[in-house]
Amino acid sequence: MMNSIIILGVILILAILYLIFRVGSLVNVAKGEGQDSKVENGNGIHAVLFMVFMIVSLTGFFWYSYAYFEDYNLPIASEHGLETDKLFWITMGVTVVAFTIISIVMFAFIYKYRYNENRRAAFFPDNHYLELTWTIIPGIVLAVLVFTGLRAWNEITAPASKDAEVIELIGQQFAWTARYPGKDKELGKVNFKLMDASNEFGLDLTDGNTHDDFKSLELHIPVNKEILLKIRAKDVLHSVYLPHFRVKMDAVPGMPTHFKFTATKTTQEMRDELGEQTFNYEMACAEICGRGHFSMRFPVVVDTPEDYERWKLSQESWLKQNPDYMKDVPAGLKESAMIKAGIPALQQIKQATAVGSN
Amino acid sequence: MATTVHTHQDIHHDTHADEHHEGNFWTNYIFSQDHKVIAKQFLITGIFWALLGGILSVIFRLQLGFPDASLEWLRPVLGGWITADGKLDPEFYLALVTMHGTIMVFFVLTAGLSGTFSNFLIPLQIGARDMASGFMNMLSYWFFFVSGVIMFISLFISTGPAGGGWTIYPPLSALPQAIPGSGLGMTLWLVAMALFIVSSLLGGINYITTIINMRTRGMSFTKMPLTIWAFFFTAIIGLLSFPVLFAAALLLIFDRSFGTSFYLSDIYIQGQALAHEGGSAILFQHLFWFLGHPEVYIVLLPALGISSEIIATNSRKPIFGYKAMIGSMLFIAILSFIVWAHHMFVTGMNPFLGSIFMLLTLIIAVPSAVKIFNYVTTLWRGNIRFTPGMLFSIGMVSFFLTGGITGIFLGNSAIDIQLHDTYFVVAHFHLVMGSASFFGMLAGIYHWFPKMFGRMMDSRLGAIHFWITFVGVYMVFFPMHYIGIAGFPRRYYSFTNFEFTSGWTDLNMLVSIAAIVTLSAQFIFLFNFFYSMFRGRLASANPWNSNTLEWTTPRNPKHGNWPGEIPAVYRWPYDYSKPGAKDDFIPQHIPYSETLESNLPHENDQIKLEGSGDSAIVIEPKH
Repeated sequence: MMNSIIILGVILILAILYLIFRVGSLVNVAKGEGQDSKVENGNGIHAVLFMVFMIVSLTGFFWYSYAYFEDYNLPIASEHGLETDKLFWITMGVTVVAFTIISIVMFAFIYKYRYNENRRAAFFPDNHYLELTWTIIPGIVLAVLVFTGLRAWNEITAPASKDAEVIELIGQQFAWTARYPGKDKELGKVNFKLMDASNEFGLDLTDGNTHDDFKSLELHIPVNKEILLKIRAKDVLHSVYLPHFRVKMDAVPGMPTHFKFTATKTTQEMRDELGEQTFNYEMACAEICGRGHFSMRFPVVVDTPEDYERWKLSQESWLKQNPDYMKDVPAGLKESAMIKAGIPALQQIKQATAVGSN
Repeated sequence: MATTVHTHQDIHHDTHADEHHEGNFWTNYIFSQDHKVIAKQFLITGIFWALLGGILSVIFRLQLGFPDASLEWLRPVLGGWITADGKLDPEFYLALVTMHGTIMVFFVLTAGLSGTFSNFLIPLQIGARDMASGFMNMLSYWFFFVSGVIMFISLFISTGPAGGGWTIYPPLSALPQAIPGSGLGMTLWLVAMALFIVSSLLGGINYITTIINMRTRGMSFTKMPLTIWAFFFTAIIGLLSFPVLFAAALLLIFDRSFGTSFYLSDIYIQGQALAHEGGSAILFQHLFWFLGHPEVYIVLLPALGISSEIIATNSRKPIFGYKAMIGSMLFIAILSFIVWAHHMFVTGMNPFLGSIFMLLTLIIAVPSAVKIFNYVTTLWRGNIRFTPGMLFSIGMVSFFLTGGITGIFLGNSAIDIQLHDTYFVVAHFHLVMGSASFFGMLAGIYHWFPKMFGRMMDSRLGAIHFWITFVGVYMVFFPMHYIGIAGFPRRYYSFTNFEFTSGWTDLNMLVSIAAIVTLSAQFIFLFNFFYSMFRGRLASANPWNSNTLEWTTPRNPKHGNWPGEIPAVYRWPYDYSKPGAKDDFIPQHIPYSETLESNLPHENDQIKLEGSGDSAIVIEPKH
């Protein structure tokens, strides 16, 4: 019932609009508009509307950009982020000046040179000086932007220093996991063919460096220390995106990638600065990866160096959490594996001796 | 050489002269080889796809703008894609985004724009009876049509259409277990695109051949309208880049169906390690963007060409810097092939490549800036008539400026780290490529409608359509810059899972409302288009007082375009408001000997050459 009333209403409104249109057309035909005059009556209206549009939209643009700056400007928490944001705002300055001038000039011309029967347009087909000017000036401005950008890019993508804190991030549908190298500070070898429900990293346990690696469902990083993220994907493309740190790097199955950065503010410092005690750093996925793409949230915590070391010590190695996999450790490495993984050796020896004495 | 061409055209003319009254409905309107009919077929099909693409975008905008609203009322249409609690299914959301992109980029702005206006304008503006091969031209449309049918069918299959984004990056697009859209939907997508590429190549070869070989007497390259230059470059870009997409798609088909490993390696999915090893997912992206970036210019250049023509005509002024306009288009066309990896700064490719591509990318801003300045200078001291075509052309320049400027941010690899795959990118390309090209297309429709259908479109409805759409498009895409600077990733079904994205519901709502209003305004256009086709005011042969050759044809040109001899061309197409001339326009086919009062000194020298047949082709005036 309701639906049919709505449909009827819509049809009625359309019919009325059509009638108005028809009557308007006929009136125009009767007035003879468009027959001999070169332009239609409303020509000047558009010139005025373009001016109004220009003024309203530029005002709106500047007002909103200024009034809501805090809302859209994401706080920065990394060293290179300060650099790239500076570049961003320099580019913004240059382009907004150019944009504003060109817009004003263009719409002013549109207004000023609207049709006038008594005037004739200028025959002005070219002017080499003008053209050279506006080829060379953008060229120079862009060259400056390119070279400042290149310098920043080269610094950001330069190899990480040797003592950088290495952390591995693995993307899969639809979650992230982190792997820390443990006390030996070396991530052990992995092979995707060894992956299963528990061995989600595909750890190759014949490599001693895997034995103390540990898994985390939060990204903990120390403040003011260079971090080298090593990034992998298990199934499809993902992309590590740390918005507050201006970090983004795709995770590609079969092609490990990396990104280095240095966090400048601990979570607590950022909370105090923003005055929001609930604030948390976050990591997201930025490359379409399927149904749960929008929900791959990974919590990020920036610790003081002391807190970070303490947190690392409190983590259990993957091997300790999955002692069944000791069977995959080669006989010669079993003993060192237990030590590295932190599996209480004493207990096992006791058991072994108990069995022996019976 | 010139003589052979000439004779060839005469033969053409003779064969067509008898055809005018032949043919039945099928040969005249369906399997027609007349370039004008084929252009209209592309146009109508393009309009259908534009409407569909627009509706898809409004459906996903409903989800983004009103995340809490129930979409239960869409169940009769979408069926199982509405979840039990009345929400859009997240996988269907991705499918909508994917199909919106595919449809708009390929079916509307490539086929709808180039297909319509290259076909319609090339023979008419260079003075030819038809395309070099009418049959190939017809095939081009029908390959496009079949491609469209397959793509359309893919919308209705139970696993849904392709859902991996219009860029269909593997492994997501290669593994049906990763997303259901990568099953049959993806297969149909690939088949449809393969056919589409065939269509595009058939058309492109034809456009190039026709422009090179079939220009009328006197129509040297330096006298061609900028539209033709734009279509010429567009066709060349397409011819060189689409085959690469074909190769990329073919290898993806192999990976999907025959177990090869071109793009796949080291994959563990749903508890199973796949056998693929040694492939590179990045390889696909290189191949894809080798087409994908030139594709941006395939959709943009025709719009730029159309706007140049319309702005000059309606400012009653020569286009400023004709040669600089051609030069910048040529430069853009060349550069478009060597900037593709700026889409891939953070894919893990070698950072050195990133620096090279950043350098090349920012260079492209220079010819683009030249174009903007030339448009603005064309308006300067003009005598501007705001016809609907002119309004949309001005809108086009405005979008090209606004959207082009943000390209300077994204082309800078250091800044792109943060902005990549955020709404800033969405705002950028929708303005500079989507809306600018779309406005170019609408401008062209309004401007050449009188030649297509012999009637005028209603200019008041055109003006209303323009203002709602112009303001609407800005309301849709301008706020996205802020959302992007705030860090929102694109292709997100919802923004409530993250703290840093959870604000901005008001702005997202505004964008969605603007999108709905903008789409609604297109129905004004649809009404105007179809109503005027049958009942619009009768058009005169040259309603805009324009200079180019198509306006020398009769009101409803038949197959063969000119009833008698094809007019020869004596001058460039932009002799508007020439000092001394009686009218404020002098069409291209008027010889200098008839315009003694307005000739420039070097033009008077041309007069004695005019009588002597072919020499007009050889001698080029200096502007």
